[in-house]
Parts: sequence; C-alpha cells; structure tokens
Amino acid sequence: MTFINYAAREINCKIVYYGPGLCGKTTNLQWIYDKTNPQAKGKLISLATETDRTLFFDFLPLDLGQVRGFKTRFHLYTVPGQVFYDASRKLILKGVDGVVFVADSQEARMEANVESLQNLDKNLKEQGYELKTISYVLQFNKRDLPSAVSADNMYRQLNFKGEPTFEAVAVNGTGVFDTLKAVAKLVLTELKKK
Amino acid sequence: MASPDLVMYEEEYQQIQDTLQRLQVDSNAKIVFLVDKNGQQIAVHGDMRGVDATSLASLTAGNVAATDGLAKLIGEKEFSILFHEGERDNIHISLVAQRVILVVIFDDRSSLGLVRLRVKKASQELERTFEQLMKKAEADRGNLANRFDSPFAEITDEDIDSLFSE
Repeated sequence: MTFINYAAREINCKIVYYGPGLCGKTTNLQWIYDKTNPQAKGKLISLATETDRTLFFDFLPLDLGQVRGFKTRFHLYTVPGQVFYDASRKLILKGVDGVVFVADSQEARMEANVESLQNLDKNLKEQGYELKTISYVLQFNKRDLPSAVSADNMYRQLNFKGEPTFEAVAVNGTGVFDTLKAVAKLVLTELKKK
Repeated sequence: MASPDLVMYEEEYQQIQDTLQRLQVDSNAKIVFLVDKNGQQIAVHGDMRGVDATSLASLTAGNVAATDGLAKLIGEKEFSILFHEGERDNIHISLVAQRVILVVIFDDRSSLGLVRLRVKKASQELERTFEQLMKKAEADRGNLANRFDSPFAEITDEDIDSLFSE
C-alpha cells in the first residue's frame, strides 16, 4: 500500500524480502545499509535472536531521491524465514508494494525454497494480494557456493511468472542493488497505472 | 490490491497537525505522533530531537500488528490500547478508525489518566478527518491518473534510473 503524501510531497513504498531461513535476506539489507550514503538511509533495525536469526523483522528506510518533485522513500523489510514464524510473516506482508524472493542456491535448500515460495503465495492471498499481479522479483543468492544448483535449473523450479531474476552473492554485494533497483522500478511503474 | 493506497492532502494534513498539537499541549505529553498501520509515519508533534521517528513508526506498527495477532488468537477483535511503562517515559498507543495508530510519549509531568482522556477526544477528531480523507481519495482514485498534476502518470524509465545513478 503506497502512501502518497501530497502535503509533504512524499511517496512511501514498502518492499518485503521473503525466502527460506538463512537464505540471506538480512544480508541483502545489511549490504544495502553499508553501501548507502548516510543521508539517504535511516537506522537498520534488526529484531533478531541472540544467534542473529531474525525474530520478527529487519527494517531499513531508504531515500532514493526525487521523482517528479516527489521524495521517494522505500521501507525495506525482511521476514523471519524459519518455518515456525509464519504468524509473523503474515503480519509483515500487510500493506506490501513489492516482494523480493531470495532463494538459496544450495542443492540441499531447494526444497526449502519451493516450500517458502508456496508459503509466500498462500500468505499473500490471505492479505488479499496475488503473486501473479504484485510487483515481484526473484534472486538466486549464494551463487559462489560449490554446491549451487545451476541457474537454469533454479529458474525452472522457482520462476513463477517470468519475473526479473538475478544471480547474487549477497555477502559481497553481487546482484544486491540490481535486485533492489528492479523491484523499485516495478513498484514505481505500478504507480503509473493507478 | 488488498487495501487502497493512503493519500494525504494539504487540508487534512493541516487538520491532523492541529489535532496533534492540541493533544500534545492538553495532555502535557512530550511527543505525539500518528502512524499508518503499515508503519508509515503520517504526522508528528513535539520534541523529536534524538528520536528516530522512522524507526519509532515501524516498530510501533510491528508492535500493534503483533498484538492484533495475539488478540485474534484468543478470540478478541483487537486490543485497542497498548501502554508501555518505563522508568522515565511511557508510551500510550491506540488505534484510530481501525487504520491509523496514535502514539503519545509522556513522562511524569502527565499521567495515564489524563492521556487517556485527551486521546479519546483527539481520536474522535482524527476519525472525522480520516473519514473525510478517505472520501476525497475515493473520489479522486478514478481519475488520479488523468489529473494533469498527478506526478506519476508520466514517470519515465529515465526518472527511475536516475534514482539509482549515484
């Protein structure tokens, strides 16, 4: 749900990073946080357990500059990936404008990817959205690992509707900004249609 | 779309600011602010120095969402008021018109009773403002794309690319 503030001339959009546990959602946000200049970002908030597993969400506000005289602010959220945090995931999807699905390229995690994608589809429906129509981008993370499944194979299993798909290594930033840019573009393009 | 976009216009924004200002003075509060249920900050009044408003907004919304989830689990519709008591400052959180969250931060110069009383009055005002806002946005929605002052109808790929040029 985009928040268009004519009084303050601001557009606020919400983007959610989704995916199975330990796939690198928080790492994506951390990289964006580290590489954005201080004026353009707020605090990175991480509600995590003592072992750095996301408990509720991570949150990063980002100012991208102006479009047609309107300040564009993106609020980036991650969900907790672990299966048993489903109730929290549903809450975070409320009011979402764009979704990034971060898939773990390791062969052993393919089943978890598929399960998480099904979970996303289901939870979006519960909030009244459709994966088919929402602004949506796919990222294959951890491409540097030796056990990575081929990108073609992952595309066949995970690509849902021909959405923009990126190969990434979030720990060194590869593909992180490409992914963000793609989803931001889809969200802003969607505004045009309204 | 699950819920329509929230649109804010100058007139209603001013009304909201006025209501918040009155509430801050009447309740002797430090900060009064209004957040959308999705964590977008709508308006604020008070001394925000040293307070990260954006984080405050998103955590408040997260807090309300989690409490909402708890309510549904035990068969309640919602918990309309949350109160956090600290050593120095306290936070009073309440839902307005089922879609925005009113947050009041106060210390011992005020009291929970006073805050509750003033919040009730301010909520009624805010409810009216939001009703008016929704009607206006509804009327506008159909032709927003056609309005010549709509900033989004003509967004180009270059505009979007330029956001990422740095």
